Amino acid sequence: MPGLIGKKLGMTSIYSAEGKNLPCTLIECGPCVVTQVKTVEKDGYSAVQLGYGERKEKNTPNALKGHFKKAGTSPKSKLIEFADFEDLNLGDEVNAELFQEGEFVDVVGTSKGKGFQGVVKRHNFRGVGDATHGQHNRLRAPGSIGAASYPARVFKGMKMAGQMGNERVKVQNLQVLKVLTDKNVLVVKGSIPGPKGSYVILEK
Amino acid sequence: MDVVREISESLIEKTQLPDFKTGDTITVHYKIKEGNKERIQQFQGVVLQRRGSGITETFTIRKMSGSFGVERVIPVCSPFIDRIEINKTGSVRRARIFYLRERSGKSARIKEKRTFTKK
Repeated sequence: MPGLIGKKLGMTSIYSAEGKNLPCTLIECGPCVVTQVKTVEKDGYSAVQLGYGERKEKNTPNALKGHFKKAGTSPKSKLIEFADFEDLNLGDEVNAELFQEGEFVDVVGTSKGKGFQGVVKRHNFRGVGDATHGQHNRLRAPGSIGAASYPARVFKGMKMAGQMGNERVKVQNLQVLKVLTDKNVLVVKGSIPGPKGSYVILEK
Repeated sequence: MDVVREISESLIEKTQLPDFKTGDTITVHYKIKEGNKERIQQFQGVVLQRRGSGITETFTIRKMSGSFGVERVIPVCSPFIDRIEINKTGSVRRARIFYLRERSGKSARIKEKRTFTKK
């Protein structure tokens, strides 16, 4: 599906026509540059590679420098492929005008990393609930993780402590409240994953 | 200026409100919708706090309705605010006067701030 690469700017709130206070996220989207056009004849499938975000020349590998030179752009930090774009040529720019007000978009981002977390925070377990009656260091323990001699193992996918956050998250069907074409900013209803300044993918 | 602030201020037209502070007694005239009719209602009380900044700023206003305390949190940029009147400027020492909730009668009074105008 067509889409864009954007940057999360932060959250604010605006009022709807009925005066309702809507929480919303501002996303700077583009202008993204077409850095490669993939075709069925040459690559076996058709797609468009977009680039976004400035990158220093000295931090760009030579191979990529050539790639950007071909497209006639400065080095970009984020390159992502999108399918189903129509009539785009190498070096073309795509910006916020791709989206219309009222439309629904999916936003993909990397959630904020929370580190190694226990089951209470990670899976919303309730903990023991009692600080007394024999509990001494079990307040946030997971409890039983299965039966004993049968099945004699712990099932895969058992909810346990571990890394939380810092993973790819997609939020579906966020309404586009406003498209600010002069600033290339999209106002989307609700929240999106990741910290401010992080790259996100907007899908139509 | 911060980009988020700049953009959000361009999206909402800020209504011009008088400069009121915590401890002031104010009357908020706010629009209320009944079906498709609109009328204006007043809410008079003491400002407990002003919170947040920019267009997401809100204030909490408390009044005594009979023996019950009633509080409302109103966004400063709310389109439902018709106008705000300052009835009394109070003199309080802190920015959030939640201690007022535990008080009633004589102890719940707030000293009035005297303002002198130069002749």
